[in-house]
Amino acid sequence: MRLVLLRLLFVVALPLVLVTAWWLASDDSTDVYWPPLRTILTTFPDVWTGERLRADVLPSLLRLSAGYAAATAVGVALGTVIGSYRRVRAVCEPVLEFLRAVPPPVLVPVIMLFAGIGDTMKIAVIASGCVWPILLNTVEGVRAVDTVMSETARSYGITGTARLRNVVLRSASPQIFAGMRQALSIGIILMVISEMFAASNGLGFTIVQFQRGFAIPDMWTGILVLGLLGFALSVVFRLVERRVLGWYHGQRASSRRSH
Amino acid sequence: MKVTNAVLGAAGFAGFLALWEAVPRLGFVQDDFFPPVSRVAAALAAELADDAFWTALGDTLTGWALGLLIAVTAGILAGVVIAVVPYLREATASTIEFLRPIPSVALIPLAVLLFGTELQSVLLLVVYASFWQILIQTLYGVQDVDPVAEETARSYGLGPWARVRHVLWPTALPYVMTGVRLAAAVALILAVTAELVIGAPGLGARIAVAQTSQAVPEMYALVVVTGVLGLLINLGARTVERRALAWHQSVRGEVAV
Repeated sequence: MRLVLLRLLFVVALPLVLVTAWWLASDDSTDVYWPPLRTILTTFPDVWTGERLRADVLPSLLRLSAGYAAATAVGVALGTVIGSYRRVRAVCEPVLEFLRAVPPPVLVPVIMLFAGIGDTMKIAVIASGCVWPILLNTVEGVRAVDTVMSETARSYGITGTARLRNVVLRSASPQIFAGMRQALSIGIILMVISEMFAASNGLGFTIVQFQRGFAIPDMWTGILVLGLLGFALSVVFRLVERRVLGWYHGQRASSRRSH
Repeated sequence: MKVTNAVLGAAGFAGFLALWEAVPRLGFVQDDFFPPVSRVAAALAAELADDAFWTALGDTLTGWALGLLIAVTAGILAGVVIAVVPYLREATASTIEFLRPIPSVALIPLAVLLFGTELQSVLLLVVYASFWQILIQTLYGVQDVDPVAEETARSYGLGPWARVRHVLWPTALPYVMTGVRLAAAVALILAVTAELVIGAPGLGARIAVAQTSQAVPEMYALVVVTGVLGLLINLGARTVERRALAWHQSVRGEVAV
């Protein structure tokens, strides 16, 4: 019981200290750009009402999930093909390395040429940025499939989709998840940036509106919302990962104990 | 084996360029949107002859290097302090886990208000984004210190500073170098993003200008330049990593973050 309390103390102590420090330091702030935390927090419920959540946050999240899902599907599919054949890999690798090295946000103006400024553009931007870490990690994961395991599968006559699902993708999945985690933070960045460029709704759009209109406390609440969103998505990702990769983490923990 | 891979890779790249030339020429997409690679190459040549381009490149590299330097210094210092002082790691864990996933672009409006299109705007975003990469890797590295080595050093009477220098630092260095490599790539992304969105001088701002003035081949040429820059930064970081770890018996596996 005392241990639990102590751990709880460790978790909440520093955040409490920081928030208190922010509260006290900004309490009588007259600086326009650094409004008191009290003002920001009282503005928060006024700004982020149900209506705004529906009209701005929801579209952003839908675009993010559409782009992310498309990137995952394309990245895993292409990555499996490229990773399975040595020659295909040798041909594609330099091009992929180059495309990956392009900073994703510069694709926003390029994709705007093709797709205008609608939702398609934003989904395409998110997908085109997210696809590279997933694709390259899948290639690495598929390439590293244990030869003994794949030979065993072959000699038991496990081929085709069964082999793909149970041997190749399964053993590549820790790598694929590492790529998806990188892609998630790129996706959030691109979601915000594509909305800052050209949009009529969405989180990025709203926050820039506040900033241009000098609604500073409102802008701060927007920054807080983006922060909470990033945090929430990473928690969700970790829960999903723990479920899907439970077997893998268990295996690693037991092999570490046996050392 | 190595030679054939290089040949296949070169063939792949040539194929990529040929496809880029052919698709707009054959009319699959309008060449107003997607100019053939020869026109982009011509635009690139024109860019390279332009002084303003080199100034922009210099601005981007300044923001990148300065931001990365600040982030690396701060990240390593914070990481080592957190690791060395008892209980500090447990006390900071929740805060780090909360602050890390905050997307750095959330700070764009604040950067605009505080610094306008000055270099500080770029630095704010670059430092925030790359600091976490370094900090997390440093923490992982310090966690990897062999307790036996640590106890041995203690029993030989090494002081805290000597233990950091001779036990902790060599163990953590491979992880730190991985962090630096990741941070170098992230720093470029954020430097170009800040220029593109905020309008701070640099390659990103030049891309934004090319886009608004409908100079499509120039825009593609600049995008290619940022890609080459990213490639060079990756290569450079890998070389530095290999040099710095030359003493290490084997470069360690990367921690998935």
